Parts: sequence; structure tokens; C-alpha cells
Amino acid sequence: MRSARSAQLVRVLLLVLLAGFALFPLLWMVSVSLMAPGEASQFPPPLLPDAPGFSAYRALFATTGIAAYFINSLIVATLGTMLSLAFNATAGYAFAKLRFRGRDRIFQLLLAALVIPGQVAMLPLFLMLKEIGLINSFAGVLVPVTASIFGIFLVRQYALSIPDELLEAARIDGASEGRIFLQIVVPALTPILVTLALFTFLGVWNDFMWPLIILTDQDKYTLPVALAALSREHVQDNELMMAGSVLTILPVLLLFLVLQRYYMQGLLAGSVKG
Amino acid sequence: MSRYSAAGWAFAAPAMVMLSLFFFVPVLLAFALSLTDFDLYALANMDDLRFIGLGNYAELLQTPLFWKALGNTFYFVVVGVPLSIALSLGAALLLNGAASRLVGLFRTALFAPVVTTLVAVAVIWRYLLHTRYGMLNYGLERLGIDPVDWLGDPNWAMPAIILFAVWKNFGYNMVILLAGLQTIPNDLYEAARIDGANAWQRFLHVTLPGLGPMLLLVSILTMAGYFQLFAEPYVMTQGGPVESTVSVLYFMYEQGFKWWNLGFASAVAFILFVIMFAITAVQYRFAKARGVA
Repeated sequence: MRSARSAQLVRVLLLVLLAGFALFPLLWMVSVSLMAPGEASQFPPPLLPDAPGFSAYRALFATTGIAAYFINSLIVATLGTMLSLAFNATAGYAFAKLRFRGRDRIFQLLLAALVIPGQVAMLPLFLMLKEIGLINSFAGVLVPVTASIFGIFLVRQYALSIPDELLEAARIDGASEGRIFLQIVVPALTPILVTLALFTFLGVWNDFMWPLIILTDQDKYTLPVALAALSREHVQDNELMMAGSVLTILPVLLLFLVLQRYYMQGLLAGSVKG
Repeated sequence: MSRYSAAGWAFAAPAMVMLSLFFFVPVLLAFALSLTDFDLYALANMDDLRFIGLGNYAELLQTPLFWKALGNTFYFVVVGVPLSIALSLGAALLLNGAASRLVGLFRTALFAPVVTTLVAVAVIWRYLLHTRYGMLNYGLERLGIDPVDWLGDPNWAMPAIILFAVWKNFGYNMVILLAGLQTIPNDLYEAARIDGANAWQRFLHVTLPGLGPMLLLVSILTMAGYFQLFAEPYVMTQGGPVESTVSVLYFMYEQGFKWWNLGFASAVAFILFVIMFAITAVQYRFAKARGVA
């Protein structure tokens, strides 16, 4: 009995260490962001600010235009989420519950295409968007995220569980397909749509390589692109950079904490396909 | 039946059109592009565009920096993926046996780095790894170890990036593996215990086989992700020092969007795709031969 208890103790101790490893960089980021200018650039590095204050945040907003980047990110991530919901919910439902010519073959093709890394498409996509004038626009950022194979797959797997009888009954009552979708299917899909929304929002908010390529003017930058540029300019300004990191990470971290259940559901649903 | 057929297409079509236009067509065009000498001049005037067959691929094979980038990327994948999965598995095993009221709390804490913004946490880690006033070197000094110039020493830059990537990613696979562990029936462990198997033997003969398909899935996904190394070197090292952290995608980005050698860069993207595809296929075959997939 005693060995079982000490084993449990060791286990908890190891978990505490591991959690420390996972959380320390994030906690330290917050701590440094509250330090006075230059305070973090000494040895040994201070763990906590001498006199916590918001001077780094004030400098961040006053000198870097971060508010505009924050709003850009918010717009892009919100629009991306709405578009992703519209395109993937309809398609996911169609692949699960509606019969149409070539459905199963197309679905297999989509699954097979999951092995293609998105970066392969980036160079031609850039040239195509240049032709139609979408370089340096939010639309250009959003084009690759509207419809996604992962999103369609996620919704389809969930929609399979909607009983056919429910849809049939509505059809016999004379409901149109559009009305069935809005009044029966969407309510039934709500949990997975929350998951999809969360994944899309976090994905677009955190995305770096494509926005870096497509956004050429500073005033269109999203937070990650702006932060990368700032970190090259302000190499020595640790408090400022940490404040910028807090501002970038906090919204997605909070969103995750509030909607964690939906996130984990999507993560595990996505992994079942193997 | 036919009535629903139309509705099905109507619902699926918008997404299919978007995917075709902005994913499938560009992927096909990428291959076409890789067979041309598309560069800054062609960008200005399409008349300058020439078809050069496999010329880009031939040139790539003679470009030392491409080989270096390939080597760096393999280094990152070959060391980083097993480390990531080992830590994920360790964390999942710890969580699986912990008292249930602690599991949720620890799972959230260990998962937090996964949802953070890569660029922002790379900025944090660049500071943590700072030679003079970084926390890591301070910790090492306390242990009596001389400071390491993590991001400035060509021998240490990639290990530092691997450490960062393991930190950022291990929570993801941890959640998947934890779900897998919970499907292994307790009877199996009991039976092994009665047969006199110790903890290590139970891990080898019950846990690992039980996790087989999940481990395969996790390794395929992680490898695919790690081959796409880009933002970490972009933010933390800019490919340096002495090109020791130039990855294949970093090389592609510089060629394509800094020097505007879009044809050449497309060839890079395609080679990366072929390598990833081949390795996934091999892993799948290997797993199938051993009966886990």
C-alpha cells in the first residue's frame, strides 16, 4: 500500500515538473511584459518585475501600431471563421447525408489529398491572386482557408449520426432542402460547428507563412507577421516584445480555455481517420 | 432519388469550387511551374517565360544550400519527431494513472503551448535562449555548466529549435495517446501482472501493442508537420548561423518570395512533397507488415 502511494506521489511530482516546463515560458512572458524598460536585460535574469507596470504595453501601442495589427487579425480570423462555417458545414452535410453523383469517389479523393502539404500550392496561388488583384488584401489571406478538407471531414463524420428518418419526415412535410438544412441540420450540428469555428479561428489567428507571403504592406499585417517584423527591429527590447507576445497569445489562449471541450473533441475526431 | 441528387451537388459545390480553384489547380500548376524558368523577368513580362523541362530539378541537385537545407530538415525531423513522441507518450502515461481530479488540470496545462501562436512563442524562446541574460543559460550556470550560445552557434542552433518545437508540440500527441491508453482494457494489465510481468514488461507487451495504430497515426502526422519547418528559423535564427537552420521551406520561401525564382522554388516544394509522401508510405507499409494498421 505504501509503495502504491509513493508511486502516485512520484507521478504527481513528475507531472508538476512537466507542467512547469510547459507553462514557465508563458508565465515568464507575462512577468517580463510587466517590467520597466531594460529591466529584463540583466544577469541574472529577474523572475518578477521590481515594480509591475504597463510601460511596455504603453510603448507597444504608442510606437508600433499594434492596435491596427490586432484589429487586422481580429477581422481576418472572424471572417475566416464565418466563411469556413458556411462552406464546410454545407459540404460536410452533403457528403454525409445527401446522395449525388460521384460523391464517394470525390470524398476519397479529398482524403487522399490530405497528404499534399499546403505549401506546394502557395507559389502558383500567389501568381493567380496577383492576376486577379488580391495580393495584399484580406481576401487573399482568406482564400485558402474558406473550404478545407479537414473541415469537411470533421462535419461529415458528425453529420453521419443525424437520423435519415428525421430528414425524410421533413421532406414528406414539404420542407425545402434549404429549410431542412437551416432548421434541422444546423441545430443538430451545433457542437461540431463550434469545434470547427474554434479550429478555424485559432488556425487563422496563428497562421504565419501565407499571410507573410500575401500581405506586402505593413498596414495590412496580421499580428504574427507584425510580431516577426518587430522582433527583427527590436531585438534588444525584451519587455516590448513580451508585451506584444502576450497580446498575440492571450485571445487564443482564453478562447481555448473557455471552449476546451469542443477543441479536444475536434482533435480526437480528426485523429480517428488514421 | 434524382431530386436529392441536385440538392447534394448544390450543397457540396461551393466548397468543391473553392478547393478546386485555390488548392487542386495551384497544386497542378505548381508542377507545371517547376518545369519553367519563371523568375523576376517573367513576373514582369510573361513572354520571358521558357519551358526548361527538368532543368530546375537538375540545378537543385547541384545547389549546395538545397542539400544543406534538406540535411537540416532531416536533422530536425529525425531527432525532433522521436523526442516529441517520447515526451507525449511519457506525459500521457503519467496522466493515465493519475487521480482523475488532477487529470483535467494537468492536461490543460500541458496542452497550453499547442494553442499558442508560433511566432509569439518563438519570440519568447529566443529570449529564453539568449546567451547573456537568457533563463536557460542562467539555469545551466547554477548547475555549473558554461553558457551556450544557443542560437549563435551552428552546432547548437538546431538542437535549440528542436527543444522549442518539442515544447510547443508534445501536448497535441499527448491528448491523442491518452485517449488511446484509455481504450486498453485493464484486464490485460491484470493478466500480465498475474503472469509476473514487471512495469517495463507490461509497457512493452501490453501498452505499446495496444497503442500501435495510434502511434502510427501520431508519427505520420508529426513527421508531416515537422517537415514543414519554417516559422521557427524565420523568427529565431533567420536560417543562421552559417545556414545551420535553413529548412527546405525556408529555402523555398527565400527562393520564391525574396529572389522571385518561382519556377525554381516550385521544384523545391515538389521535392519536399515527394519526400513526405514516400516516407508516409514507407511508415504505413512498415506498420501494416507488423499488423498495426
